[in-house]
Amino acid sequence: MDYRSSKSTDTITGPRSEDVLPHTAAAAVKVVIVGGFGVGKTTMVGSVSEIRPLTTEETMTEAGIGVDDNYGSESKTATTVAMDFGRISISEELVLYLFGTPGQERFWFLWNGLFEGALGAVVLIDTRRLEVSFDVIGRLEERGVPFVVAVNDFPDAPQHPVETLRKALDLDLAVPIMACDARRRESSRDVLMTLMRYLHSLTVARV
Amino acid sequence: MTPPQGPLPGPSNGEPPSRRDAPARDAPAPGAPPQRERRSPDNPERLYILTGEDSERAPSTLVTLIVADGEAAPTAQPEHAAVLRLCRTPLSVAELSAYIALPFSVVTVVLTELLAAELVQARAPIVRSALPDRSLLEAVMHGLQKL
Repeated sequence: MDYRSSKSTDTITGPRSEDVLPHTAAAAVKVVIVGGFGVGKTTMVGSVSEIRPLTTEETMTEAGIGVDDNYGSESKTATTVAMDFGRISISEELVLYLFGTPGQERFWFLWNGLFEGALGAVVLIDTRRLEVSFDVIGRLEERGVPFVVAVNDFPDAPQHPVETLRKALDLDLAVPIMACDARRRESSRDVLMTLMRYLHSLTVARV
Repeated sequence: MTPPQGPLPGPSNGEPPSRRDAPARDAPAPGAPPQRERRSPDNPERLYILTGEDSERAPSTLVTLIVADGEAAPTAQPEHAAVLRLCRTPLSVAELSAYIALPFSVVTVVLTELLAAELVQARAPIVRSALPDRSLLEAVMHGLQKL
């Protein structure tokens, strides 16, 4: 296959020396940041990542509608799905990857294993455009992916009480909602901590 | 999954109406946030990764860590040589894809060949299971606290 976007393999530069993982790195986990276009997902990835955020992509084809559509293969359209991601070294052995994208989230959910393998998700919302996050919340619910909701604190965004937002988003009572500033490392870190505590509480609840 | 809820008030006083009462988009109250409507669990869309039906059995996920276990032969394909060079220390498939600037599925094909030739090792990710591992979550929280 000819990939015009591929660099000559001679000129590939790998991670900067400070971005290299130790040999002891034995396993990775991932968290996905979703929320619709322009809510600050890439900003959040960048603010907590220890590496400069990178981009990976996948080429997918959208099949025609209908199970028996064997004749229409020429009508399939190829879609390139790009994802930005960052990394946090949790310990010498464990690495956390954060995926978030400026692009079309609809296609992420068709990327086999992307959400299934995630520990959980952060839904980032902008109260000026709450409706852009409706679709992803529905898709997470369908997939059974646990998530927390983080309200990215844009200066001119309307303020709603948490319970108003919970109702508007039709969230279960247990789903945490918190304010955050995705540009700030500590704030984004706190969102991830809230997600982990929530996931932890789910394990306790099931015992 | 949804806890039963008591009767909710209809739209009034700037309150967003509940999904169960009336769709908000028909008559949004002034100043209220728009109302999401929960969807029924059907997912008619289907997409396929270009490499086809093997994706379920692919040896790698985005966050599988790859470590080189050997050197590239002088005759090795450039992509193979590049992966072996980049993976002298552990690197996720996502990072490989980013640095080599090839789609994930193409990198997966290269890795399948290198795994078969025993030139790389794959360290599988820990994925969310039906009952998440509490000690894993505690380890992540501990690591995040150090940030």
